[in-house]
Amino acid sequence: MNLKISALDYIQEVKNGNVSAEDFVAKTLEQIETVDDKLHAFLSVNEKAVEQAREIDKKIKSGEKVGDCFGMPISIKDNLCIKGSKTTCASKMLGDFIAPYDATVITKLKQQDAIFIGKVNMDEFAMGLTTEFSAYGPSKNPWNTEYVPGGSSGGSAVSVSAFECVASLGSDTGGSVRNPASFCSTVGYKPTYGLISRFGLISYANSIEQIGPLTRTVKDTAFMLNQISGIDPNDNTTIDNNNEDYLSGIDSGIEGKKIGVIQEMIGEGIDPAVLSATKQAISKLESLGAICEEVSLDMVKYSVAAYYTITATEAGSNLARYDNLRYGYDFPVEGYEFNSYISKARRNFGPEVTRRMILGGFVPSAGHAGKYFLKALKVKSKLTKEINEVFKKFDLLIAPTVPVLPFKLGEKINDPVALFLLDINTVTANLTGKPAISIPFSHSKGLPIGIQLLANSKQDKLLLRAAYALEQTVTLPEVPL
Amino acid sequence: MTMIGLEIHCQLTNLQSKLFCSCKANYREFEINENICPICIGLPGSLPRLNKESVKKATVIAMALNCSTPEKIAFFRKNYFYPDLPKNFQITQLNIYGDTSIGGPGSIMVGDKKIRITRIQLEEDPGRLIYEGSSSKNQITLVDYNRAGTPLVEIVTEPDFETPKEVRDFLNILSDLLENLGVADPSLEGAMRADANVSIKGGKKVEIKNIGSFHDLEKAVHFEITRQESLSSRDIPIIQETRHWDDKRKITVSARSKEEELDYRYFLEGDIPWIKIDSKIQEQLKSEMPESISSKKERYVSIYDISSQVADVLSSDKFYSDLFEESHTEKTAKEIANIITTDLMGLVDTREKRESSKLTATHLRELAEFIQSGKISRNSSKNALYEIVKTGKDLPTIISELDLGNVSDASELSEIIQQVISEEPQAVEQAKTNPQTINYLVGKVMQKTKGKADPTLTLDLLKKQMDI
Ligand SMILES: [Zn+2]
Repeated sequence: MNLKISALDYIQEVKNGNVSAEDFVAKTLEQIETVDDKLHAFLSVNEKAVEQAREIDKKIKSGEKVGDCFGMPISIKDNLCIKGSKTTCASKMLGDFIAPYDATVITKLKQQDAIFIGKVNMDEFAMGLTTEFSAYGPSKNPWNTEYVPGGSSGGSAVSVSAFECVASLGSDTGGSVRNPASFCSTVGYKPTYGLISRFGLISYANSIEQIGPLTRTVKDTAFMLNQISGIDPNDNTTIDNNNEDYLSGIDSGIEGKKIGVIQEMIGEGIDPAVLSATKQAISKLESLGAICEEVSLDMVKYSVAAYYTITATEAGSNLARYDNLRYGYDFPVEGYEFNSYISKARRNFGPEVTRRMILGGFVPSAGHAGKYFLKALKVKSKLTKEINEVFKKFDLLIAPTVPVLPFKLGEKINDPVALFLLDINTVTANLTGKPAISIPFSHSKGLPIGIQLLANSKQDKLLLRAAYALEQTVTLPEVPL
Repeated sequence: MTMIGLEIHCQLTNLQSKLFCSCKANYREFEINENICPICIGLPGSLPRLNKESVKKATVIAMALNCSTPEKIAFFRKNYFYPDLPKNFQITQLNIYGDTSIGGPGSIMVGDKKIRITRIQLEEDPGRLIYEGSSSKNQITLVDYNRAGTPLVEIVTEPDFETPKEVRDFLNILSDLLENLGVADPSLEGAMRADANVSIKGGKKVEIKNIGSFHDLEKAVHFEITRQESLSSRDIPIIQETRHWDDKRKITVSARSKEEELDYRYFLEGDIPWIKIDSKIQEQLKSEMPESISSKKERYVSIYDISSQVADVLSSDKFYSDLFEESHTEKTAKEIANIITTDLMGLVDTREKRESSKLTATHLRELAEFIQSGKISRNSSKNALYEIVKTGKDLPTIISELDLGNVSDASELSEIIQQVISEEPQAVEQAKTNPQTINYLVGKVMQKTKGKADPTLTLDLLKKQMDI
């Protein structure tokens, strides 16, 4: 049996009776057993997966109505709540937290007969770009296990890339889906803000983050969007997409589309291999009939600073609830006064989370808000204005997903500022709420390079169409597992 | 000059659900920590789901207090650590980045005085702390989250009050108003709470927090004025500080100064998008607003000829005015108003009694009609009302069971009159020459009927049977 198939192919195989969900899921668990010791994508594996797949096979055999996923094994980032499962955010703070409810995306996928094969690794509370900030140890890049897989949804990207699942759900606050997708050679999608319900996603910076799929193909991403997008009464920020079918018309090409090449994202510090891949991508798009032109987004140079100021502020507030009184980890409360208890209990946060919470206590505080937080909000609104202007002229924008190649574990972890610069190409989509996708495009020294496309708000369908067109021009080597 | 300003916290107790989830807004009937869900105890991943009805109710309060109502409102996070706050931040409103609260400046008349309202905001109530253990050594704090997330409206006034009495008058008007709007039941325990700030001439402003009822608010203000005046008379400076109201000792106590230094790091709540309340919605809300207390009063006086005093009492209490509206006819209105204000209010003077009362509008109308047609005396009607409230039986049944009806049967009465005439020959003679003395004979008839003879009929029959 071949695990290396796309989600759409999997569904076809099951429908045709060539593959049973039970066999496929069992084989996937074997794969996890075989490769995850060295990759460490998973924090927990669903022990009932085979049993659940068997039930779906029964439904298929009896001719009962079966959900669109047909028992497809999907991995879930460990900041999404699945009822009855451990949901740790890769943090010691939530070491014993078992979610008592399902996230909306989980409910929707359950209804479509998906199998949640396991919960995958991430940077603690999604703060990081390498998974090295996971309290349970880093994940490794399947293309070269000495290298980081990217982050924070590193476990998601690794599990898709290493055939430990067919697709995965991650979350993207400043590039956390697209960055590891780029580093591990998978497709990674950050939808228009509000397209996918965040109910059940443990908040890091709620005003800009979205859940997003990581898949092997663009079509698979469109398929996943069909399953999980749409308005949700449990998330007041969701938008109505009128049950859009993201697969329909995905292959209708990009003839005549105007694409802007963001100059600020291919400037200083860019790896020559990444730059040349970007140029290649541009010429391929042109050969498909698109018109590519240089475009400038002035505010991008302030975007990372604004991003860290805003995310730190929101994180400081969102993570305040972890006082260990109602849930968390084992640490008895008796004998403590409230403030001394929580300051002790909260020492279980890792260093990066602590760093950002301290920042988050400072930048919006009285006397400093004007200099930092309010200024960051101004950058956000100016950047949004600027990109909205650009989208009056262009249908799409292009840039490399990450300006540099994956690096070795431990190589950059002691240099927060260098890590921060890795965000520069991805945070714009989050700060402005625009959809963005990273697709596998090229390789250098055996390491993947991803290309990023952006579209205007609610133009997710057009974005997928363009990504699909570009994807068709690419042939990539197989992951050397 | 003494200046007093208030911050009133009023729960929207009449709403079905909490501000951001579907747990009950009326948490009082639940066992501890039974009225909770992932949202109101702030579990990881939960998001606030705004109760739109609460926005409407709060807007109506703002309108009733003549406040400006912006077309777009926003929510903010107020960040601080406290064990009763499940998320360690409170979702509330703020006006520092433009008028984005439910209500802007407004005012209300208290007697002849205009009290200015600074703003009105909608926010979530925290949970409730329960302290156990006697000494500080073994004291523990328990948290009941049933209340967490209950919709709360904060009404902030300018420091326009000068005396505790003005504060009391304002609170009475405000609680009548809230009740009349159908948004809250101010009599529920903990439904109305307040903070106050008090300053006297030459002194700094002192905030009093934690006042659990309107009753205590007046006391707290009174205590604080006395305390400050006493300091002032001894030339001790009054410092700016926060004091807590000690519920048991009925005094204010200085709070640790730490609390004043809290920086709440307010910022926009991204999980709740801006809410539009455009002029169309506002007009709709206005048109659905219940009649105001003052308009009711005016109507009672001008249409039903009810005395201004009775109309005042009747209109300001929603329970009684609703009962009045439901029961009265044009003919019985005045009589019903009198029954309610002179008899019923004394009978059902507490919340429990109101709730257990079996009286219906039909009862009340019937009672008024019986009085007006002489079937029951005003005196006996009090006893009948008492029985109705207690048992809910219909009026004729009660009259016959308790023998309360007037003797208005002419033949029955004739017999009794005949008896009296034969027993009192002297008085009969006297009455024939001096009609004034006939009242003595009426009195005798009343005695024999235990006061139930219809007085008009008795007089008629007496005259007839004595041939005068
Ligand atoms: Zn709740």
